[in-house]
Amino acid sequence: MSFGPYLLLAVLEGLVSAAVLALTAVGLGLVFGVMRVVNVAHGAFFMLGAVIAWMVADALPGPPALGFAAALVVAPLAVAALAAAVDFGVLKRLGYDPDATIVATIGVLYIVEQAALSLFGPDARPVQAPFNLRLQLPWFGYSGYKLAVVAAAVVVLLAVWLVLSRSRAGLVMRATQIDGETARAFGIDTDRVYAGVFALGAGLAALAAVLVVPIQQAHYLMGGDPLLLSFIVVIIGGLGSLRGTVIAALLIGVSEGVVSVFFSPTLAKILATLLVALVLVFRPQGLFGRRAA
Amino acid sequence: MLEIADIAAGYGPVRVLEGLSLKVPAGQVTCVMGRNGAGKSTMLKAVMGLVRVEAGTVALEGQRIERLEAHRVPGLGIGYVPQGRRLFGDMTVAENIAIGLRTRGRGAATRERVLDLFPRLRERLGQLSRTLSGGEQQMLAVARALCLEPKLLMLDEPTEGLQPSMIALIREVVLRLRDEGVAVLLVEQRVDAVLAMADRVAFMTGGHVAEVVPAPGLTPEAPQFVRYVGV
Repeated sequence: MSFGPYLLLAVLEGLVSAAVLALTAVGLGLVFGVMRVVNVAHGAFFMLGAVIAWMVADALPGPPALGFAAALVVAPLAVAALAAAVDFGVLKRLGYDPDATIVATIGVLYIVEQAALSLFGPDARPVQAPFNLRLQLPWFGYSGYKLAVVAAAVVVLLAVWLVLSRSRAGLVMRATQIDGETARAFGIDTDRVYAGVFALGAGLAALAAVLVVPIQQAHYLMGGDPLLLSFIVVIIGGLGSLRGTVIAALLIGVSEGVVSVFFSPTLAKILATLLVALVLVFRPQGLFGRRAA
Repeated sequence: MLEIADIAAGYGPVRVLEGLSLKVPAGQVTCVMGRNGAGKSTMLKAVMGLVRVEAGTVALEGQRIERLEAHRVPGLGIGYVPQGRRLFGDMTVAENIAIGLRTRGRGAATRERVLDLFPRLRERLGQLSRTLSGGEQQMLAVARALCLEPKLLMLDEPTEGLQPSMIALIREVVLRLRDEGVAVLLVEQRVDAVLAMADRVAFMTGGHVAEVVPAPGLTPEAPQFVRYVGV
C-alpha cells in the first residue's frame, strides 16, 4: 500500500479513537466543570460499561444486534445509577471537597476494578458487532461498524451540546457550574444537579465503552488508558469547555492513530503527554478555556 | 413579614452572628448599616439558608424557615441580590432572567413586568451578562431577584460602585416595590442612599442589631452614623 492510502487508514483509525475518546472525555470534563471533582474512577466506569455490555450481550440469545442494542441501553443506565449512588453515598458526604474526592474516587476505582475481576474474571471477552458491513475502498476494505461508531459519537455529542445550551436542565447545570451558592439562592437544588451530572458523566463513559467493545474486547483493566487520555484531552481543551474537549479529542485521537500506524503507540502516548506538559506551561487554562477572573 | 429572633450563625467554628434579632415589616424599607465585619451580609445569607443558623429562629409570615435547605427558601418569595451582583457571567441576560423565573413568578407576565422596569435590559437580552456595564449588571441582579415576585426583597449593597443616575434608578425601583407592599431589607453603606430610601434603619455591631431607628428622625449628622458606621 502506498503512502496516501496508508495515511487515510491511519486517519480513519484515529477518528474512531477520537470519537470514543471525545465521549469519555466530555463525561470527565462535565463532572470537573460543574462539580470541581477530579473523578479518578472515570476509567472504572468506562470499564464497567464494557463489562456490563458483555454480560448483557452474552445473556441474550438471538442475533448479535439485539444483544448489542440491549447493552447500549442497559450499560450506560446501570453505570449512571451506580455513579449517582457514589455521589450520594460518598462525594456528597465529603462536601465535594476537591482533595478528599480525589482520594475517594481512587478508592471507588479499586473497588469497581476488583469487583469486576471477581465477578467477570481476568479474561478479555469479545462482544460481537451488531452488523458486519465492510466498506470496500479502492485501496483497502474498512469496517462499517467503526464508521458507525464515529457517527454515533457525533450524534451523542450534538445531543449533549443541545441539552447544555438549549434545555432547562442545561441552564440549571451551567448556573450551578458558574456559581453554586447563587444557584441555590435561586431555588436550584445543587445536590440533585451534582448527582445528575456525575451520573451523566459516568453514563457517557459507559456508552463510549459499549461502542468500543466490539472493536477492543472487555477487560477489567481496560479503564486505564481512557482515564489517562481523557485527562489529557480535558486539560488540553480547557476545563469546562465542551468545544475544546471535542477538538482536543480529535487532535489527540487522530494524531495517536497516525503516529501509532507509522511509528508506535508508545510514541503516540509520549507525544500526547508532552503536549499536555507544554499546554500546562504555556497555556494553563487550556486551548479553549478562559482564565479564571 | 420577616422576623429574625435571637439567631447565632457563622462559618465553621467562627461565629459571625450572635443574638441577632430584627423585624422586617411589609411595605417598608429596612436598611441595615454597620462596619465591615459586623455581620450584615452573613445575616442575609443566614435568612437565605446559605449559612447555617445554629440557634434562634427565622420566620417568614409566621412560617419557620431557618432549617430549610437553601434551595427551598426562594420559592417562599424571598428575592436576594447578593453583594457584588454574582450574576451568571457566562450566561446571557435572558438566561439570567430565566433562572430567576424557574422557581416562582408568573412566567411571561412576570418577565414582561421586570423588563418594563429595566428597559435597557430588554435591549441586551442576547448579550453575555459579564459584558454588561456595572450599572446594567446591577439592574440585572435586581431584575433576576424580582423574577421571583418576592414578598421580601433583600439587597446587599446594591449601590456599590454605581454612578448617581443608576443609584437613582435603583432607589426608584426599591420605593416602588415598597409601595406595592414588598418588605425590603437593604444592606447599605452610603448614608445619603439610606436616608433617601429607608423607613427604618438597623445598626449592627459585633454580629447583632444594636439599635433600630425610624428613618424620619435621622439626619446625616446623627450620632449613630458615627458610632456604628464610622462616617
